[in-house]
Order: sequence, then structure tokens, then C-alpha cells
Amino acid sequence: MAAQQESGGSLSAVLSPEEQAGQDRFNAIIAEDSRIEPRDWMPEAYRRTLTRQMSQHAHSEIIGMQPEANWITRAPSLKRKAILMAKVQDEAGHGLYLYSGTETLGTPRDVLNDQLMTGKAKYSSIFNYPARSWADMGAIGWLVDGAAIANQVPLCRASYGPYGRAMVRICKEESFHQRQGFEILLELANGTEAQKKMAQDAINRFYAPSLMMFGPPDSDSPNSGQSTAWKIKRFSNDELRQRFVGMIVEQVKILGLTLPDPELRFDEESGTWKHMDLDWVEFKAVIAGNGPCNAQRLQRRRDAHNEGAWVREAAAAYAAKMARKTEVA
Amino acid sequence: MSAHNIDHSLDSFGDSTASATRVTPGNALRPEDIAIAQEKPSEQVAEYALRLGDDALILAQRLSHWISRGPEIEEDIALGNIALDQLGHARSFLSYAAKAWDKTEDDLAYWREEEDFRSLHIVEQPNGDFGVTIVRQLIISIYQHLLYTALLDSGDATIAAISAKAVKEVDYHRDHAIAWTLRLGIGTEESARRMRHALDILWPYVGEMFEDEELHAALGDVAVAPSSLRAAWEEEFTAVLHDAELAVPTVPFAMARGRRGEHSEHLGFILAEMQVLARKHPGATW
Repeated sequence: MAAQQESGGSLSAVLSPEEQAGQDRFNAIIAEDSRIEPRDWMPEAYRRTLTRQMSQHAHSEIIGMQPEANWITRAPSLKRKAILMAKVQDEAGHGLYLYSGTETLGTPRDVLNDQLMTGKAKYSSIFNYPARSWADMGAIGWLVDGAAIANQVPLCRASYGPYGRAMVRICKEESFHQRQGFEILLELANGTEAQKKMAQDAINRFYAPSLMMFGPPDSDSPNSGQSTAWKIKRFSNDELRQRFVGMIVEQVKILGLTLPDPELRFDEESGTWKHMDLDWVEFKAVIAGNGPCNAQRLQRRRDAHNEGAWVREAAAAYAAKMARKTEVA
Repeated sequence: MSAHNIDHSLDSFGDSTASATRVTPGNALRPEDIAIAQEKPSEQVAEYALRLGDDALILAQRLSHWISRGPEIEEDIALGNIALDQLGHARSFLSYAAKAWDKTEDDLAYWREEEDFRSLHIVEQPNGDFGVTIVRQLIISIYQHLLYTALLDSGDATIAAISAKAVKEVDYHRDHAIAWTLRLGIGTEESARRMRHALDILWPYVGEMFEDEELHAALGDVAVAPSSLRAAWEEEFTAVLHDAELAVPTVPFAMARGRRGEHSEHLGFILAEMQVLARKHPGATW
């Protein structure tokens, strides 16, 4: 990957005295575990890595609205409908917040949006799976948002200030989302046979994809080393996956349901959870665009964008007309 | 007047998070509070609350479809928030109405048949493009703002209390609709053309909003006669269109009798989607 091959933090190309001073200051800030702010000098590769990671996160929030929006109009009670609407709306807010954060690194939102719509930018592969049943609203909240929280809590301490601060706020709302997902499943698990079956089926479908949300195993994670050195990333993919599995193993007992993993056990010797092998071939295929819903998700985003073009043009034209009027007055 | 006339028994209601993204002032009324309160409406009051609740519910259902489809993410959030507010009002009015028949808000939303709904045709109209949705919002939000303001004086304490909360939120909906009407009316040729089209296709359903029923007279100061809102609505609506360089349509009103359960062809599809899951699982809780 580009970010990795170029000079990450130091060395390689000859730096001008100003750049060298910037680099020294950057290194010092990272070393003392302090925060890099938008106006600080930073290595280009650091900027690119963050731009990629933050915009991917923003895209994931925006695309992630779709599987849940799919159930707003069919939510089975008015209270659930209200909660789900508020949740999807929160996700739009997170997306907006993260795009704004990314803009502080110098890339405007419309460029980032183009990268999403043309398929150049990636987003969390799990949103390319369909939300087929109401129980999926529970499984997405519990497992997908749960995995996201496990990933994101350490990011609250990311070295880039705007990212870390955004994550503090986002994590607060995500933990509410996870609770509401768990509550949906709990209600179903204590409901009719059909509801229980619906809940178990959703967990069966979302278990493996949610474990894959932490990314490839450490042995196959090309970007991790540099991100850790820059203190963007604090724990390895496998460490975070472990933490998450340990959490859901306990929670699923309260639901009285099961995780679809015959190999799941705690290994006393290594002090870690052993889970089944995950299908990384499928993971890569979904990331590459071949998942069940990639085409649908991107088309929906493009449609919304294209159908809204005349609205944005009108708003811009109106603002320009009003500005001229003010000038004349 | 304000919420001062509200029965003190309603003052103790807890914090509301009807809109999860906005902190609502304490002591706001929640549907859950209404459901457990002692006050039980007469059947006539309940019939009136159904009208208020059904308009808000069907509008919320329509608006919620915009979430993830807006022209900007900001509009996904704005329209989602308006939908959420409307749903909150619907839940309060339906929770209150339901008590007259020992039912719940969900019984009314999910288990009534089409002819039992009391919504206006205007809220049933399809979203269309963003311009159609904005014109529908302009029509409704000015109307609801006048209606809820008048209902602050309702002789029924619960209806007055729900209206007191709703009027503050609808005020924002009105701001939102007016701001977009100006942008789209004045913005470009294309946007003005779309707005004229939106006005023409929605105008037929404006007449129904101001038709009085026997129920209104029978309820006295509990209800507001819709015809009493007409002059103020026309004045405000016309002023906004004027500022937006748009004209009031000249197309005639349609015969629309949603209040009698005679609905547009759209409502059947709206309910089919809204009720499908709940009806697949009779007796289930969620």
C-alpha cells in the first residue's frame, strides 16, 4: 500500500530545514503521547493514512445507514420505529462529523464522496450483507456496533486530535446503539418461537462477518506497524478481536442463544479465546466489491447524490443571488 | 396563552428523549407517560386525537423514507429529525386515544384497517422529488403550527399538553420548509419549475384540511374548528410563496374525505408496509 512504501515518519528523502524542524516536533509530540492538530506539520504519509482511515470510517457510517433504514418503515412497534430512526440519524451525524474531521487534513467532502461513489474508497465490508429480518436490527446493534466500539474506544486516544475527539463523541452514541440492539434480541429471545428463531438466525449470519470487522489476522495486516508507531492504532487486530469475543461470549448467555462457532473455547494456556477459522477469501471478495449488496449500496448512494444535484445547485444559486443582493444593498 | 393552563397532574412527567439527538426540556410529555396516566378520554375526544395522531403518523412514515436518500447528508438528518418529531406527536396522540378503548398506541397503528384511519389525503401523498416533499412540508407545517398553537387553549388538558410540546418542534419544521421553499423557488430555472409542479400536484388536497366536521362542534373548546385556521394559513402560505417568487396554484380542490375513512389509493400501500411485520406475529411483543 502506498502509505507504507513511502517514508512514513522519518528519513528517506532529504528534508528542508523547515521540514526537518517540523518532523522533529512531530516526533516529539508522538513520543510524549500528545496530540497532532490540523495546523501542525505532519509527514505526508501520516496525512494520507489518516485521510484514508477517517474517510473510510465516514463512508462506513453513511453506507451503514442503508441496511437499517431498510427496516424503519416496517418496524414492528412505534417505539422501536422511533429508536431505529434516531439511531440511523445518529449514523448520518457520525458520517458528517468524520467528514468534517477529514476535511481538516485538506481533502474536501465532495472529493471524499466521489471516492466513495466511484468505488475508489472502501467502507466496512459488513454493510454489504443484507438486513433480511427485523432481528438483524438487533444483531447489527449488538454485534456490528459492538465490534465497532471495541475498535473505536482505543481510537479515542489516536494521536490526531480531531479524530480522537470525534471518536469520544461517537463512542458514547455507539454504546447506546449496542444496548438497543441487545435489547431487541433480548425481547425476541423471550418471545414466541418464531421470534427466537429469527434472533438466532440473525446471530448466525452476523457472527463471522462481525469478527472480520477487526481486519485480517496480525500476520497479514500490512498497515498496522506504521499506524501503531504513529499512535493512531493502539492494539492489534487480533488483540481487539479477542477482547470482543470475550465480551459476546458472556452476553449471548443472557440471551439464551448461541454463537455459531463449534470451535469456540477459552485456551487457559495462552489466555486467549480460540474461535473458528474465518473465511478471509470471502472477506477479500466482499471488500473487492463482490459481496451480496455492494452494487446495491453504492447505487443507492449514487442515486441519492444524482437525484439531489438540482437541489444543491439551486441552494448554491440562491446563496449567490442573496450575496449579490447584500453587496448591492 | 401557554402551557400554564395545563392540569398540574401532567407537570410531573419525566424527561423526554422523544428526539434522541436533541435534549428536550424536562417535564416534557412522553407517550409512555400518557399511557399510564389516569385521564381517560371520552370516545369523542379520542376520535379527535385519532385525527391528530394519524396525520402525524402517516407523515412520519412518508418522511422517514428520505433517511439515507436526501440530497445532502444534512437533509438526511433534518428530514429524519422531522419524521422523528412527527412520530413522537403521533405516539402521544394515539396513546391517549387508545385509552378510550382500552387499547395501546400499537393496537391503533398496526391493527386498524384502512377505513379506520382518519388521516388527511395531503399526508398520504407520495414523497415525489425533494421539491414535492418540501411543498408538502410547507403546507403541513404552517397548518400544524396554527393548529397546535390554537390547541394550547384546548379544554382537554392532555391534548393541550401534547400540543405544547409539538408546537415548539413544528416551529422548526416550518422554518425548514420556508428556507427550502425560498432556495428552490428562487434558486434556478429547474428548481422553480419543479416547485411549480409540486404546488400543482399537491394543491388539490389543501381544501380538505379546513373542512369542519360535526365532531368539532360537539367537542366545543376541546377541539379547534379547521375552518378557523384557514385565513391565517392562506395569509402565511401566500406570503412565503410571494417571497419565493412562486404563485398560488389555480387548480381546483379534490374531493378528499380522509376524516371519514375514505382514503387515497396510497394509504393501502403505506399501511401494508408499516403493518406487515407486526401482523405476521399476532400477540408478539417487540
